[in-house]
Amino acid sequence: MNKLRSRQDLDSLRARLQAERQRTRKPTVSVCGGTGCRAYGCIAVGDAVKAELARQGIADRVNVMITGCRGFCELGPIVAVMPGEFFYQRVKVEDVPSIITETVVNGRPVESLLYTDPHGKKYQHQSEIPFYRKQHRIIFGNNGEIDPTSLEDYIAIGGYSALSKALFEMKPEDVINEVKASGLRGRGGAGFPTGLKWETTRKAHGDLKYVIANGDEGDPGAYANRSLLEGNPHSVLEGMIIGAFAIGAREGYIYVRNEYPLAVENFKLAIERAEKAGLLGKNILGSGFDFIVTVNRGGGAFVCGESTALMASLEGKAGEPRVKYIHTAEKGLWDRPSNLNNVETWANIPLIINNGSDWFRSIGTKGSTGTKVFSLVGKVNNTGLVEMPMGITLREIIYDSGGGIKDGRKFKAVQTGGPSGGCIPEELIDLPVDFDELTRAGSMMGSGGMIVMDDRTCMVDIAKYFFTFLEEESCGKCVPCREGIKRMRQILTDITEGRGRNEDIPLMERLAATLSDASLCQLGATAPNPVLTTLKYFREEYEAHIRDKKCPAGVCKALIKYYIITDKCVGCQLCVKACPNQAITGQGKKKPVVMDQGKCIKCGACHDVCKFSAVGID
Amino acid sequence: MLSLTINGRKVQGEPGQYVLKVAQENGIEIPTLCNHESLEPYGACRLCLVEVTPKGRNRSRLVVSCAYPAEEGLDVKTDTPRVIENRKMVLELLLARCSENKVVKEMAAKYGIQKSSFKENYLEQNDCILCGQCVRVCNEIVGVSAISLVNRGVTKWAASPFFEPAPDCIGCGSCFYVCPTGAIKMEEKDGVRKLFNWKREFKLLQCESCGNYWIPDAQVEYMMRKAKLPRDFFRVCINCRK
Repeated sequence: MNKLRSRQDLDSLRARLQAERQRTRKPTVSVCGGTGCRAYGCIAVGDAVKAELARQGIADRVNVMITGCRGFCELGPIVAVMPGEFFYQRVKVEDVPSIITETVVNGRPVESLLYTDPHGKKYQHQSEIPFYRKQHRIIFGNNGEIDPTSLEDYIAIGGYSALSKALFEMKPEDVINEVKASGLRGRGGAGFPTGLKWETTRKAHGDLKYVIANGDEGDPGAYANRSLLEGNPHSVLEGMIIGAFAIGAREGYIYVRNEYPLAVENFKLAIERAEKAGLLGKNILGSGFDFIVTVNRGGGAFVCGESTALMASLEGKAGEPRVKYIHTAEKGLWDRPSNLNNVETWANIPLIINNGSDWFRSIGTKGSTGTKVFSLVGKVNNTGLVEMPMGITLREIIYDSGGGIKDGRKFKAVQTGGPSGGCIPEELIDLPVDFDELTRAGSMMGSGGMIVMDDRTCMVDIAKYFFTFLEEESCGKCVPCREGIKRMRQILTDITEGRGRNEDIPLMERLAATLSDASLCQLGATAPNPVLTTLKYFREEYEAHIRDKKCPAGVCKALIKYYIITDKCVGCQLCVKACPNQAITGQGKKKPVVMDQGKCIKCGACHDVCKFSAVGID
Repeated sequence: MLSLTINGRKVQGEPGQYVLKVAQENGIEIPTLCNHESLEPYGACRLCLVEVTPKGRNRSRLVVSCAYPAEEGLDVKTDTPRVIENRKMVLELLLARCSENKVVKEMAAKYGIQKSSFKENYLEQNDCILCGQCVRVCNEIVGVSAISLVNRGVTKWAASPFFEPAPDCIGCGSCFYVCPTGAIKMEEKDGVRKLFNWKREFKLLQCESCGNYWIPDAQVEYMMRKAKLPRDFFRVCINCRK
């Protein structure tokens, strides 16, 4: 591709690419290349597709694409075939020949690879599948249409047209006003109005300013940013260039957590190709606007997702937050005005510029416009990434897209917003999901993690889990967080191990108040949310642990007992074989087995392996 | 000059000053542990918390006064119940960490705390509260950055590189002088100064006038380089120079 030196060059290229694709109109086999599918072996599937096409002598008549993440990560490897919008899941290398012969050549579905819902109904088209039906994939939808390493693919679907519009039809103030009018709020967690942040940075004193993309995504279970950076890096890059133009910045950084190698690779490639094409660097598209972006890998700390810690890390210092009474928009990276936004926030920008703020406001709720990508994980049937309009209910997300609770168990709670968020119980399942509603319920949006829990989850154990995570990730600078989180975790451990005391709950509440009031940064300030929400909605569980030394959910090992239900036991002795500590002994054929409580290490293997529900948990 | 109100009293401050400084200059006491007038504010101990209401707003917020810039019309309250409760909890947490430390015990006692609600002394005989003053003075004032705060979270520690004898330490003892809890140990005997925390020993020069050992040779070397001073300058100690 030659360097694009003007708006017209870009438009002509786009027209040419689109015409080419239209004219040749080859069938396309798209293999999802997201990290989840890679773990399932999609690259081998992709190679098998190419090999089979060559074997059948039709390689020149069919397109093969390795695309960005399609979101339905539970069922990888995912292969889509066009025309016909065929959606195949759990594709193995052995399935490839039938896909080529049946679907690509003859346009017929391979039934065994179609998505089947729990009632046995099969679906051919992605858009009809319950997981996808209620989604509104304005950001994520393109992942499946492009090869993330191809700039041409991105341009062909309309990429960089928003940049072109901003540079040549709008003034920087116009761009800021449009973003303000759209009501876009930060997708990283706090939900601060993006347009306002841009305006503050633009007005700040100083000639040298920065735009920064936060790709640290540290919440356990959240991976929406990862899939966006891997699957459509140009969408984020385009957003950053538009933002830099609006704010008056000439340099940008993207901070990607170290544990996302594919995201780093694809983003670096995107930068390289955009620069070569004249969409980044000096005199972008001949507009006179210069802007460069550098990729910075994180050092491996959750706290580096905090804006001032991230900037310290970018400066080469240890990732520690600083007091923030002067906003980073005024004094940020190297004490210069810096605008930091989450990766998903940046990806919304080209859409807003192209379609307008009215369009954006028509999606979502009044206070939370647009969509949000959620990582739906935990005890649901369909785990994956779902992009929903703000305002959709938890019930719709968990039951319609998520397909309900796994193994037919009962819903207990959903944890939103990662370690800074809280657990929401069944009574609030019709809560419309938006920034303010979630905060009102005691939780928060966070980066969009949604961990679904069933009745076999102990809420005290969950609180302990999050505090164990935060104890490791606290930077250690301020007393409330460093010392307080450790103490909270100690108390929760004591409770789960049968050493809970009556004064523990009031002590935890006092500690929670100090964490919230006196911590230096939001890691400490939001740390109490898991414990406060579980105390609010599941207090009886805490009381059972403390007063009765019992774990109602059957999780806390020190408080449970496994035992044999003798009238259900048929003497098959599967449990005897499964027990790692020889705690169960067979009594002969068809006679119930006997368990030695003294040797039982509460691993639960016997419970998992018994087909007769003859192992009880007390 | 700016005017602000602290605990109902109208006081004056200069633009650029932090609320803590304005309070101190006006005889209003706010407890601190990690603050030092020669160092940049750090905001780690959280003891200097106050409730502030900016002019024209009706909701107060809790901020650390060491780092909050004084503003015209700011209303500051240093001892509200919310502030006291937070200070007490911070002291209880510090007391649990350094239960044998005299300074921490005294500060806690001032707020009526004799014993922490938490299990005590998880680090044996620990005196360090991680206020960072030693590291900050070495970095900001002395300029050698011989020590650093290493590790993250509860395992954070003020240390020399890789816990080996700190190669860049000049033995000036600034860290010892600023440490609020006595966690830095320094000893002088027979013309040798030992800084135990950083595993270093320094030969001291003798004053040609009074004969006392007064400054490490390594520090002299550093100051000669930094301030372009001749060696002669260090023949007589500061006490004898008058």
